[in-house]
Amino acid sequence: MKRTISLTINGKTYTDEVEPRLLLIHYLREVAGLTGPHIGCETSICGACTVLVGGKTVKSCTMFAVQADGRELTTIEGVAAADGKLDPVQEAFWNEHGLQCGFCTPGMVLSVKHLLAANPNPTDQEIRHGLDGNLCRCTGYQHIVNAVKAAAAGKGGV
Amino acid sequence: MATTVSKPDLLVGKSIRRREDPRLLTGTAIYLDDIKMPGMHHACIVRSPHGAARIKSINTKPALDRPGVAAVFTGADIASLGAVPCAASLPGLRVPHHHLLAQDRVYYQGHPVAVVVATDRYLAADAADAVEVEYEPLPAVTDPEKAIAAGAPAVHPEWADNIAFTFHQEGGDTAQAFRDAEVIVKQRITSQRLIPVALETRGVVADWRPGEKSLTLFSSTQIPHLMRSLVAGILGMPENLLRVITPEVGGGFGSKLNVYAEEALMAFIAKRINKPVKWVESRRENFQATIHGRGHVDYFELAAKRDGTMLGLKLKLIADLGAYHQLLTPAIPTLSVLMMPGLYRFKNVTADIVGVFTNCVPTDAYRGAGRPEATHGIERMVDMLARELNMDPVELRLKNFVGNDEFPFPTATGLSYDSGNYAAPLKQALAQAGYPELRTEQAQARKEGRLMGIGIATYGEICALGPSAALPAGGWESATVKIEPSGKVTVMTGASPHGQGEETTFAQMAADALGVGIDDVLVVHGDTAVVQYGIGTFGSRGTAVGGAALFYALEELKAKVRKFGAMMLDTDSVTLSGGACVDEKTGKSISFAEVAAAAYHAKKLPPNTEPGLVSTHFWEPPNFTFPFGAHLVVTEVDRETGNIEIKRYIAVDDCGKIINPLLVAGQVHGGVAQGLGQALWEQAVYDDTGQLLTGELTDYAIPKAHFMPWIESSHTCTPSPVNPMGVKGVGEAGTIGCSPAVVNSVVDALAPLGVRHIDMPLTPEKIWKMIAQGGQA
Repeated sequence: MKRTISLTINGKTYTDEVEPRLLLIHYLREVAGLTGPHIGCETSICGACTVLVGGKTVKSCTMFAVQADGRELTTIEGVAAADGKLDPVQEAFWNEHGLQCGFCTPGMVLSVKHLLAANPNPTDQEIRHGLDGNLCRCTGYQHIVNAVKAAAAGKGGV
Repeated sequence: MATTVSKPDLLVGKSIRRREDPRLLTGTAIYLDDIKMPGMHHACIVRSPHGAARIKSINTKPALDRPGVAAVFTGADIASLGAVPCAASLPGLRVPHHHLLAQDRVYYQGHPVAVVVATDRYLAADAADAVEVEYEPLPAVTDPEKAIAAGAPAVHPEWADNIAFTFHQEGGDTAQAFRDAEVIVKQRITSQRLIPVALETRGVVADWRPGEKSLTLFSSTQIPHLMRSLVAGILGMPENLLRVITPEVGGGFGSKLNVYAEEALMAFIAKRINKPVKWVESRRENFQATIHGRGHVDYFELAAKRDGTMLGLKLKLIADLGAYHQLLTPAIPTLSVLMMPGLYRFKNVTADIVGVFTNCVPTDAYRGAGRPEATHGIERMVDMLARELNMDPVELRLKNFVGNDEFPFPTATGLSYDSGNYAAPLKQALAQAGYPELRTEQAQARKEGRLMGIGIATYGEICALGPSAALPAGGWESATVKIEPSGKVTVMTGASPHGQGEETTFAQMAADALGVGIDDVLVVHGDTAVVQYGIGTFGSRGTAVGGAALFYALEELKAKVRKFGAMMLDTDSVTLSGGACVDEKTGKSISFAEVAAAAYHAKKLPPNTEPGLVSTHFWEPPNFTFPFGAHLVVTEVDRETGNIEIKRYIAVDDCGKIINPLLVAGQVHGGVAQGLGQALWEQAVYDDTGQLLTGELTDYAIPKAHFMPWIESSHTCTPSPVNPMGVKGVGEAGTIGCSPAVVNSVVDALAPLGVRHIDMPLTPEKIWKMIAQGGQA
């Protein structure tokens, strides 16, 4: 039995009929047509599917779409300004080479947004623990840590 | 029209942020699973839950009766198609016929048995669960040493001894070296099975066009052109009607340097159902059915004089190949043998490989591919010899390094090391670490009962794969450079980068060579209908082979531009500078765009002048390159928990000339992370029945951010003479240097307890038990 849900993604309202078992990540990708949230593990370990729900990070591979009914979501597509200007966190990842294959990057950027919102001046250890929910197999995390520090120091913009 | 010319700053050698990144940072990059097509169906694969079993029956009807299901295919449907290809060949190699789907038996957990195709991925997964397969489980063997012991179950009934091949290589006179020895060190050393874990799993979309009888295959791969040739062969279709497109690829590390059953299966299915079909691997499937790496058991013997002069090395290598040969499976252990002498001068080496079938998913190239195993072995052995001789491990290494005046150095394994200054990175690492002070600190720590270790590993690697004569496929790479009529530059490379950043580094090279801005250059790759034939990205070859091809294509194109420029300026010769052709005599110049326009408009060309500005170069490397380096790791082991703290990680790597230091740093960091994963945490574990116990990311520990130490990375620079840029390759260096440095450090920490060797991964449990048992494993 399908259910109707209505939610806001990146400021735009979506209303759809979905199966109760539809995972939020599949809703975002297959129904809402987004390409930013990725599927890396289906077990909440890797964080490639991370989105913000009500401003907090959520792994959308282990949340049902119906649980997002009435909520406000931000995906990576909603992070840059409407005119295309990158967010300071995105800009810092670019400057510091905080990405290689890019598959973890959307989730990583959103986790950093959340981290910096809660703790604007994190230590290295706080950054590393803040990123533990997001796996990266390419970078060894060092340039990501540099990117977070740069963003925190207001060096994200150019 | 004359223009003022100023010489631009060169871009090669500069840390330029990547041109790939805006699409990746904004979520607009198109990976495989982002591809959607009208009428596209979804495939779900039914896989064996057993390590070994006979298939008694398959009932597909319950699946076919489910909503949305278009078709179900089993082994009978594909029995006449070609096999999953193995490109490696060795004398006497036993090659089991690797059908795209299991026939009457399954040989490993995850072995594909049937494919269900439905209109929706949820419906396909539901229906896959409804396929009824009746199995008769059979005895399995998953440990390669048990597999070659008497009475082991046969993985393939036709070969009772489970031996896929044996391989012997000998250089010098090892027997004499061992007779001359005053000390012989022996050790069994394992390099455990690893799971590559590219963050994006594999995936395929196949699109059959009946009108043209052509097929487009989208695949998350490192080798689009080889895939086209090989999949066309499996299907028996003309290669020129098959197009392979590589979308954005979310990591490979060797796991996508392959042609898997699924690529050919989806191509076959798209044609059969006359609809596009998509298959995306789940993470569980990725663990069960994508190649693993390593899986070596090495028995080393090192012969030396009491003064530390190393004389010879023997290796018996038992390689866990898994149930089948994937593209390069049997070749990987032979790479280990090539690199087993490391950076050392001795010329007497004997190696015997036994390649063993097991009821596990095949092993194949994973970051380093044979070289990490070899380096781990020799660098552990050198440390053990140092302990035996009561020598400092640094002194022992320096004593035995190939000297700077000995290059090109012919090795006992038949290689020719291109260039090197092996002491340089080691000395740099020691200076950076403050080595004497560290040893003093260690002595104090030991007095206090603390377990502090200092570990050093030096490594050489064989990169820029490589001369065609030495590889299963061609070893060359190709590049085309095209100056468009507007003056913009398009580079098409046969390399297939997937995170390495050649869209940037190749643009740096082209911009410098042609004197244009980097934003005027576009680098295109990964589409067989657009790019001339290529080999791909693996074996640290993207820049060292693909970049060299680009270098020569640019040289040829520059000659053409100069010819047109000279003609237009009515002079004998011009130079290319600042986006213009300049008459050396008069200083008059004409812009690049004007030259390009004239070359294409072709209104006033002299006779026998070919219009257009395009050059293609296929470059065959005359040798491999041999990067090297030294990693130094300081650890402290917690006696109470067995936990290992990495207090310092110093990596000094020599990859020759560097095009973009920022990107090279990224490669080193990522490589170290994967080496550290092997050293401390990662291991693919099968039980005796063939169940993969580490079946998900919940059970397999790849490094998280807080696991990683700060990596102090620096370089020495010894250019390679093999290619015109002097580059050596850097993709695998970190992985190769890391694991022996870490293990040497931890063994050094535990040395007061009498510990001589520990096999990876050095989990806290293993270390704690060792401490609790007074240094015994």
